[in-house]
Amino acid sequence: MFGYYMDLALRSLRRSPVLTALMVLAIAVGIGASMTTLTVMHLLSGDPLPGRSQHIFYPQVDPTSRLNPHSQPYDMMDYHSAVDLWSAQRADRQALITVSALRLTAPTVHQPALMAQMLSTTSDFFPMFAVPFQYGNAWTAQDDARHARVAVISSDLNNKLFQGSDSVGRTLWLKDADVRIVGVLAPWRPSPQFYEVVGGRFSDGDTASFYGRPEDVFMPFFSSLEVNDGGFNPFTCWNAPDPGVKLQNSPCVWVALWVQLDSAAKVSGYRDYLASYAEQQKALGRFARADNTRMFDLMQWLDFNRVVPSDVRLQTWLAFAFLAICLFNTIGLLLAKFLRRAGEIGVRRALGASRAAVFAQCLVEAATIGLLGGLGGLLLTLLGLWLIRRQPVEYAELIHLDPSMFGLTFALAIAASLLAGVLPALRASRIAPALQLKTL
Amino acid sequence: MILRPILSSLTRHKLTVMLLMLQVALTCGIVCNVAFMIEERIARMSAPSGVAEDEVVLIDSVQVDPHTNPQMRHLEDVAALRAIPGVRSAVAVDAVPFNGSDWTSSLNTQPDSDANAASASVYNGTPGELQTLGLNLIAGRDFLPGEYLPLDSAHDGAGLGKVSTVIVTRALADKLFPAGNALGKSVYPFSQPARIVGIVDHLSRPGPHDAGAEDYSALFPLLPDTAEVTYVMRTAARNRKHVLEIAKATLTRLDGNRIVRQPSTFAQLRADYFHRDRTMVGLLLAAAVALAFVTAVAIAGLAHFWVGQRRRTIGIRRAIGATRGDILRYFQTENFLIVSGGVVLGLLLAMMLNLILMQQYEVPRLPVYYLPIGAAVLWLLGQLAVLGPALRAAAVPPVVATRSM
Repeated sequence: MFGYYMDLALRSLRRSPVLTALMVLAIAVGIGASMTTLTVMHLLSGDPLPGRSQHIFYPQVDPTSRLNPHSQPYDMMDYHSAVDLWSAQRADRQALITVSALRLTAPTVHQPALMAQMLSTTSDFFPMFAVPFQYGNAWTAQDDARHARVAVISSDLNNKLFQGSDSVGRTLWLKDADVRIVGVLAPWRPSPQFYEVVGGRFSDGDTASFYGRPEDVFMPFFSSLEVNDGGFNPFTCWNAPDPGVKLQNSPCVWVALWVQLDSAAKVSGYRDYLASYAEQQKALGRFARADNTRMFDLMQWLDFNRVVPSDVRLQTWLAFAFLAICLFNTIGLLLAKFLRRAGEIGVRRALGASRAAVFAQCLVEAATIGLLGGLGGLLLTLLGLWLIRRQPVEYAELIHLDPSMFGLTFALAIAASLLAGVLPALRASRIAPALQLKTL
Repeated sequence: MILRPILSSLTRHKLTVMLLMLQVALTCGIVCNVAFMIEERIARMSAPSGVAEDEVVLIDSVQVDPHTNPQMRHLEDVAALRAIPGVRSAVAVDAVPFNGSDWTSSLNTQPDSDANAASASVYNGTPGELQTLGLNLIAGRDFLPGEYLPLDSAHDGAGLGKVSTVIVTRALADKLFPAGNALGKSVYPFSQPARIVGIVDHLSRPGPHDAGAEDYSALFPLLPDTAEVTYVMRTAARNRKHVLEIAKATLTRLDGNRIVRQPSTFAQLRADYFHRDRTMVGLLLAAAVALAFVTAVAIAGLAHFWVGQRRRTIGIRRAIGATRGDILRYFQTENFLIVSGGVVLGLLLAMMLNLILMQQYEVPRLPVYYLPIGAAVLWLLGQLAVLGPALRAAAVPPVVATRSM
């Protein structure tokens, strides 16, 4: 029966080729636009640490020394608060984070000096964020404590300087210091670069930079402060820093802290600890407010910073609105088309076809349009993604069509056209045969 | 023309008419908002930066040797750049509009109080920044040579706490002192007052900011002393490429131990900065046109079917005296009624969508004049789409009435 309906559908579609082409085109464009934007949304809004993100938290305190009308704590912490909280070791894992740029040369490698981005962090960073290693290992907590001059480098930098060979044990010249490589990362490209997301609410929706590449050099936090002394920049300051005072003692925020808390009890325990720390600092006269602490988990923090660029969200809405209009279009045209064939349907009904049979026949025709539209939509999706990859935005190289999106394209196309076909098919199946036969 | 017969015929196709109305409504609602977004983006892209855009070129330099004194380096570099034939003036600055290096500071009108504060982008540079960028000073004066201090970037720009004078944009002056008497008043970047000695017409900020705050900029007489600095040169438009090449060679010759990067004209900088907006304008435009096209196809397709369905009735009407014009007008009026229904719904939808967008994306309120324009566009679109089928209907000969099929 299905084969027969298919044959009828193809005949009917061939009878008005222009109209068929327009319906298929409308579905294809609607599906292509929706799937392109949905793929980008999917890739940009995904969980960068699937299965672990619910245990990763971002504590915040308000270190300002005068009463601040800002109702929210700063996006980063001052040196003292961050180091106090880190040293307390109250979480299962904890990592300090700050970023700077410095000059990098590799002795024995004949390449010009380059400005490298350096992530200053502590040893827990690598296991906490499941960072993959190609050669060697992360440094240890002892290395943190004794300010060891060691570094982990990215696979990009390893390819650039050492042609991808095992460079563990070799030396890098960072600014004026000799630093030994202890580990080389495997290619690692979290989307977004979640551990560094700050200040999203001030970026006016232009958050593409959160999808950049991880740094090339990772160094123990405290030794990096010595190596790149003066090379760090504050996120913001609440008072003018006094001349001659190091950034560590200045009224500025520039260090972030991430903690891993493996159970709900530990989470509430850590919240209490944050509150008691703020109380204690207020008693010492360092904080003006003790009640301004906060701790988001990783996904909440990304949401709070609205990491998905507003343009991408807008494009997705627009694409689905477009798909909706294409659907209305298809419903209207199919309805007109089926009802115009009222005579033919009347004859089929009179010859014994049931309502269900007529309904099924109409739906097969609608699904055929959907399938053709889905094929066109897939091609347009590939074209759309190719166009996005050519855009000069940070996330361009992350964009690809994955198998689940490939399947979803067809599912969406057929579902959309079936949805569009149901109403017209229902109407067509309720055509009274006698009335139609009379007019023949 | 009497509407009764048209209306009664439409009530026999309730479902189809409703679907078409809904489609017109959705299109109207979306296209109005998309058009508004396009206008907004274009307004942002074409806002004056205040800079003499056709005459300014820039080049970045990053000092590699940590033992060089950056301020001495800048002095020597600027002197050499000024000596390039064709360069009218040159300065070292820490930021220019659209280069993304945005240092935002809160400026208060009273010491130690955040009341009446505005958040503004801070521009620092060597003497001559105003002429080199081509800023239009509309009141007051430029900085005096004695007013310049080092930025003290080693201590996070502590110079900003000591500076005694400032030049602000008109927008920032009006924001801080709405009474319009900003000149001579003091602002407080931190606890020290800085007197407003000059007001410039426009100076866009280095990065994106909320609508209305794009021009909140303040120039301070602070000399950059960071290893990374931007050299700005002013020259005749036709010399720009040439000057950039010489400037790059000059900087490398003066000190090879540095990274010279991103030599570009201001026009290029602007084009790169607004690339995202240009792409969005293109996308929005394509979406609006595609939506209008799909809706036009729906209208034309449906009219086409109806003409086919009504051939006999049209023939009878023609046979009993209706002219071709009558038939044409019948279809046009019918279309006008359907589109009008859709437009009424669509204008409501446009306002609702705008309310949602206002919450989600901080889009301003849709200006009222978009509504009549949107309605007119859809009426026109409907009439154009129906014209083909209506003409075909008008061409149906009366003799059809006498045939059985």
